[in-house]
Order: sequence, then structure tokens, then C-alpha cells
Amino acid sequence: MQSLPRRLGVAVVVAVIVVLASIKLNTFRDYQIAEIAIEVTAVAGLTLLTGLSGQISLGHGAFMAIGAYTTALLLMHLSWPFIAVLVLAAAVTAAAGAIVGAAAARLRGPYLAGATLMLGVALPSLAYAYQGIFGGDQGLNVAFTAPGFLGATFPLTRWQAWVSALVALITLMLLANLYYSRIGRNWRAVRDDDVAAALDGVNVAAARILAFVVSATCAGIAGALLAIVTGLVAPGAFTLTLSISLLTAAVIGGLGSLPGALWGSLVIVLVPTYVTDVATSHGLSSSVGSNIPVAAYGAVLILVMLVFPQGIQGGLRRILTLFTGPGPKTPTWRHPPTPSAEQARASQHEKEGTS
Amino acid sequence: MVEFLQFTLSGIVFGMIYAAVALSLVLIWRGTRLLNYAQGGMAMFTTYVAIEVIYRTGSYWAGFVVALAAGIVLGAAFQVSVIRPTMNKPPLNGVIVTIGLLTLLEGLAGIFFGGQYRSFPAAFSVTGLKIGTTPLGVSRFDVFTAAAVLVTTLALAAAFKYTTAGLRMRAAAFNATIARLSGIRVARVLTIGWALAGLIGALAGVLVSPSTFLYPNSMDTIFVFGFTAAVIGGLDSPVGAVVGGLLLGIALSYVGGYLGSDLTAAVALGVLVVVLMIRPGGLFSATRVRRV
Repeated sequence: MQSLPRRLGVAVVVAVIVVLASIKLNTFRDYQIAEIAIEVTAVAGLTLLTGLSGQISLGHGAFMAIGAYTTALLLMHLSWPFIAVLVLAAAVTAAAGAIVGAAAARLRGPYLAGATLMLGVALPSLAYAYQGIFGGDQGLNVAFTAPGFLGATFPLTRWQAWVSALVALITLMLLANLYYSRIGRNWRAVRDDDVAAALDGVNVAAARILAFVVSATCAGIAGALLAIVTGLVAPGAFTLTLSISLLTAAVIGGLGSLPGALWGSLVIVLVPTYVTDVATSHGLSSSVGSNIPVAAYGAVLILVMLVFPQGIQGGLRRILTLFTGPGPKTPTWRHPPTPSAEQARASQHEKEGTS
Repeated sequence: MVEFLQFTLSGIVFGMIYAAVALSLVLIWRGTRLLNYAQGGMAMFTTYVAIEVIYRTGSYWAGFVVALAAGIVLGAAFQVSVIRPTMNKPPLNGVIVTIGLLTLLEGLAGIFFGGQYRSFPAAFSVTGLKIGTTPLGVSRFDVFTAAAVLVTTLALAAAFKYTTAGLRMRAAAFNATIARLSGIRVARVLTIGWALAGLIGALAGVLVSPSTFLYPNSMDTIFVFGFTAAVIGGLDSPVGAVVGGLLLGIALSYVGGYLGSDLTAAVALGVLVVVLMIRPGGLFSATRVRRV
């Protein structure tokens, strides 16, 4: 999907499918469409951050919280139109992403993962510390209604599904443009070898920070959508489990792949609901049913990383090449080089200055 | 002034727990150059094992010993089964695998033990000690906590320094290739490192749970504080881990006491960011900081 017209075409087709599906299906499916749209918006940003620029974040739930709380506060106190709220929520999260990114640009993998993990744990606790503004444990209610011209009988969930899907599609389009632009190439260069990238004139720190800003903004937009779809913003929604489920979706789909973000989001949204339904219908208690998906996330993360690090999209690509053969346009950088054990360890030691 | 003393003492106690978590992270980091994000999850799981044993046998010490043994087994089993295959892959893969382990353990704990908060017994009285009429803010069990971590740390340090196995571990951490050429079975040494880390993590879990309650996510916060302590100490240095844990424990105790406990996590995040910006190698690290 390297050309802009093709991407636009795919986006239009998906939009038509979403509209038709939301009219055909019931309210619960509408809600699931919205959920998938929210998930894919956040996961797409994270998959580019981790897969393309090589930085990991375990705190994207915190960025979603920033977007969601900004949305709730603006709608509550200023009652702006949603589009303006969305833009401002994205801007606020981008600023937060820039701050974290500036710190992150100096950190190597394990430190970065830990710092973002800390962010994911610490930020929601501020909602308890400043109850007056953020409503503490109860959170904030978000009033969101369908516009009048659709008629009074138009279901709100369908409108929510449309808005979320539209925002998600626009976000994905913009990210796809970045993916194939000079910025995307810089990220890959920094990921593969930051010294070589610096020698080639790439501003390594700027590239890393920008990746963080873009990815945090996506999470913020997802948070804003989450606020209007669930109608409630409370700290309980932004746990570590949320951040890890985003990472799981990105890994399942295939790190660094935007279509993979969609596959991963479908799995993460649809499978837990299905599993919980099956478990409760077989007479298992709800705590068992709700924990099976969590355990499954973990097992899948481990299995995918050990057995199949390219994820679903990597698998699809391999199946496609079985039929068509590797086309001349297949770019080599899509398969990041996996250094051998000795190389990896040698370069690691070199980086840390140990022998 | 009394308040200040109380905050300091209870800070030292919690600091010892953070130090234990930090120490377990450092042990694994030195050997495998990997941060084990499942460390808190492993401690949570072994504490659940302990609580089950305590309820079945009625003996606290049976649960205590079984938890430590379970920590050793979990650590070694994880290293052999899923960590070893990631050693020759990019470092990100190993990080994601340990995150997967954390999630897996939290899910399994929810399935087998339920998601509700459970109280965990303490080995000794938890009523506050007094000198004369002045309450110290710490209990007999808190003293035991600090002593247990201290003894374990010293035993470990002695083992590293004076035993052949300790020498092998230091050699493997210092330079794996040369250690292998000198006839050390590096793979086995790394497994032992994970087992020891599992033991220390399990100890931290059993010691902290009487004051935090036990639930599948109960160790998340303790883990990030332990991680912060390890980073303050430089990830490479066991002494640094203990000092970092104590510093962080006391600092957070003041924050919690004077400013409110909801702010501790945010302050710890601030400390972590400041340390990483000013001294990315930690306060005690001997390694050179890379510059790109």
C-alpha cells in the first residue's frame, strides 16, 4: 500500500463497510465497532513507536488517560463542539508526549520501558490526589449526543461508532503517510543503528522525540474517543493492563505494521468478549472468565515473540509471497535484520561500555 | 519531631523491601542484560502460594519457606523455558517476553485465586513499638522485615565474594565469553542467577503483603518502586540497589506522610526521570555512559 490513491481507496472501502455494518448490526456490535476503532487508533501509534523507531512504551494507557480527561473537562466546563475538543485533546497529549519523549530520547530499551511503566502507574493516581478536578475514584461523566439532523430516533451508539471509525481512519491515513515519508525512514534508520543514522545526518534525538509525540497523540485521540463512547472517565479504566493490552495488540499484529495494528486490535477486542461469554455460559465464575483473556494475552505475547516475531501481518505477507513470489517492489527494509547472537551481545556490550 | 522519626523508620522498612526487589532485578540484569518485568508478578504469585499453604497447614513458617522455594523454582523455570531462547534475539524481544510472563501470572492468579483483596498474615505482632511512651511507627514485624532483607543481602554478598559458585557468577557477568572459555557453564550460572532473583523477589512479596493486601496487581507499585531503586543504584551494583532502595523508601515515606499517599507514585516517577537525566548510569554505576 505504498501509493496514496491506493491507501485512500482502502480507507473508503473500510468506511463503507463500517457504515453498512453499523446499520445492519445491533447496538452491542456498534459499541464493539467503536471499541475496535479506539483500540486501533492507539495501537497504530504504539506499533510505529516500537516497530519503527525501536522505542517501547508501557505507559500508553497514561496518554489515553490524558486525552480522555482533557475531553471530559472541556466538554463539561466549556461545552465546546467535539471536533474542537478532539483537536485540543490531541494537542495536550502531544505536549505530554514531547516531555516524555525528551526524557525517553536519552534512555535505552530497558530504562525506557521502566520509565514509561512508571508513568502508566503514576499518572492515574493523580486523579485520586486531585479529586476536586478529576473526580477521584468516581471519575467524570461525559455528555455526548448524536447531532439533531440525524433525527431523534438515531441510535447514539451508531453515531459513536461512526465518529470513532472516521477518526481512526483519518489517523491511520496520516500515519501511513508518515510511514512512507522521510520521517518514517529516519525512524527505521535510528532503530537499526543510531550511530550510523547520526553519521548520515539524521538528528537521532529529534527523530526519537517526534516518534514519541506522534504515538502519544494517537493514544490521546483514542482516549478522547474512549471518553465519548463510554460516557465516563475514571482512573480504573487506565490501568497497567490497558497499556499492556495495547502492546499485546501491536505485537500480535506484527510490530511496525499498520495493517497489523488492525488485526491485533480485532483480536484484542473481540476474543476476550467471546472467551468471557463462553466461560460464563459454561458456569465458570466471572472472575475466572475475565481473567482468562489476561492470561491469554501473556501466553500469546510470549509465544509470538519466541515463535513468530513478525505477528499476523508477517504471516499474511508470507502466505501472499507463496502465491505471488517476492515482487520486485518488495522493499528489503520491511524485514529488519536480526543480528546473530554474538553480534547482538557484542554491540550491546559496546553500547554500555562493558566488556 | 516524633512524626519525623516515625516516617524515617517506616521509610527504612519499606526501603528494605524496595531494596529486595531492586536486588533481584540487579541479579538478573548483571547476568542476562535483561530487566525482568515479571519480577513483581512472580513475587505476587509465590505469595499466593504461601497464603494457600498457610491456610492449609496453619503454619506461617511453612508458607514462608514454600514461597521462597516456589520463587527459586519459578525463576529457574522461566529462565530455562522462555528467557534462554530470546538471548540471541534483539533485546526488545526479551523485554516483551517478561511482560508477557507478568501478564500471564496476573491472569493465572485471577483464575486460580480470585481477584478479591486478601489479607496476608504477619509473622510477628504488627502493633507499633514504643520507647517509653513515644511510638516509633514501626512494629516487631517491620523489624523482622528489615532484618530479613539485610541478612539475605549480606549472605548473598558473602556468597558472591567467598564461594566458588559466587566467583563463577561474577565471572559470567563480567565477561560471558571468557568465562565460557575458562570452563564455566555460563547457561547454568545464568539459571542460578534467575533462581536467586526469584528467591529474593518471593521474600519481598511475603514481607510486603501484610501491609498492602494481596491481589493479582498488588505488586505492580512495589515493582516500579523497586525498579526506580535499582536505577538510582545503577542496575549493575548490588550495593547501589540497597542504598537506592533505602533512599527511595525514606523519601517516599516523607512524601506520603507530609503530602499525602496518592502522590508517592508521581514523586517516584519524578525521582526516576531526574536520576535518568542527570546520571543515566545511576549513582553507583561503574560503567561508562554512552553518548549518541
